Amino acid sequence: MVQFTLPKNSTIRTGKTWPKPDGATNVKKFQVYRWNPDDDENPRIDTYYVDLDTCGPMILDAIIKIKNEIDPTLTFRRSCREGICGSCAMNIDGINTLACTYGIDEVEGDVKIYPLPHMAVVKDLIPDLTHFYAQHASIMPWLETKTNEPQKEWRQSIEDRKKLDDHYECILCACCSTSCPSYWWNGDKYLGPAALLHAHRWIIDSRDEATGERLDDLEDPFKLYRCHTIMNCTKTCPKGLNPARAIADIKKKLVERRF
Amino acid sequence: MRFLTDRKRAEGKGAAGSGTEHHWYMTVSGVGLAVMFPTFLIVFGRALGRDHAGVLETFSSPFVAILTGLVLVVGLQHFRKGAETMIEDYVRGMNKKFAIIFVITFTYFLMATGLFALARMAL
Repeated sequence: MVQFTLPKNSTIRTGKTWPKPDGATNVKKFQVYRWNPDDDENPRIDTYYVDLDTCGPMILDAIIKIKNEIDPTLTFRRSCREGICGSCAMNIDGINTLACTYGIDEVEGDVKIYPLPHMAVVKDLIPDLTHFYAQHASIMPWLETKTNEPQKEWRQSIEDRKKLDDHYECILCACCSTSCPSYWWNGDKYLGPAALLHAHRWIIDSRDEATGERLDDLEDPFKLYRCHTIMNCTKTCPKGLNPARAIADIKKKLVERRF
Repeated sequence: MRFLTDRKRAEGKGAAGSGTEHHWYMTVSGVGLAVMFPTFLIVFGRALGRDHAGVLETFSSPFVAILTGLVLVVGLQHFRKGAETMIEDYVRGMNKKFAIIFVITFTYFLMATGLFALARMAL
């Protein structure tokens, strides 16, 4: 259900402002969303000042520096620090992106960091992705075959393999799905751009023999057709993928099948 | 407390097996209206400012009458389906059902009123 105002206990308050680093001349202000489920307090925005002369170039470098040197209670996910794991997806300066590939110098003025929008928050910058992952699992993200397995391998032409480009690179960071207004309002039923991009990846795989069943599973006013081609997903994807085009192609295949 | 697995929540009641007709209808009617509506606006605009007899003369032309009828029927059906989708997007429970019933009733009322007025002018 659409909500235009935050519930009382979710209203964001002004939090703590941490002191500026001594003697630093090249300082950037970071405003970071904080919420701890254990202290029964409302969310707050804490303010940190980071000395950019002693910090790496990326947003992730800055929040690791904040955690290491200023406030060890700041909580966030991170792993590969090179845009391949998707762990550090968060809303930076109003854009869903990966903290490890987003440069501090790409943000004009203060850096505002929030968790991915419209998801339940586990703590600070960590969203609960349980439902998102379950939706991904529901599209059967694996090769389905009915023919007996060949002795060596399932063969695929170079042309058919090329069709999977711009699909397999998806790292399930959830930036696209959490930027989609349809997913915000109907995320319980709408699969969202990430799951649909993966569904398309298997639908167009020349080796997969469950195309009909896959299309059957998607033919639903909510699972697929809540996509209204808003295209926030494509605009925000930190890997430069195009989930909107993949969704449009699924719709096209469903039309071709019926008419 | 319900001990549902995450997968069961994600699967829900499964796929309804519908939606494609709606998508195709909106696509086709959208293309049709993109042609018909500007044509109708030009015809309607030319009739504006004319006296009663002049307007009757315009709408008694078979081309204008058929075009107006098509704009009314196709346009309002397109509106109904779009408005229903919008309601499904934002409203839940009984409010959703009442809102959809209202939109359907209102659309057919507009369509009937428009066709009646057109028939009075054209025939």
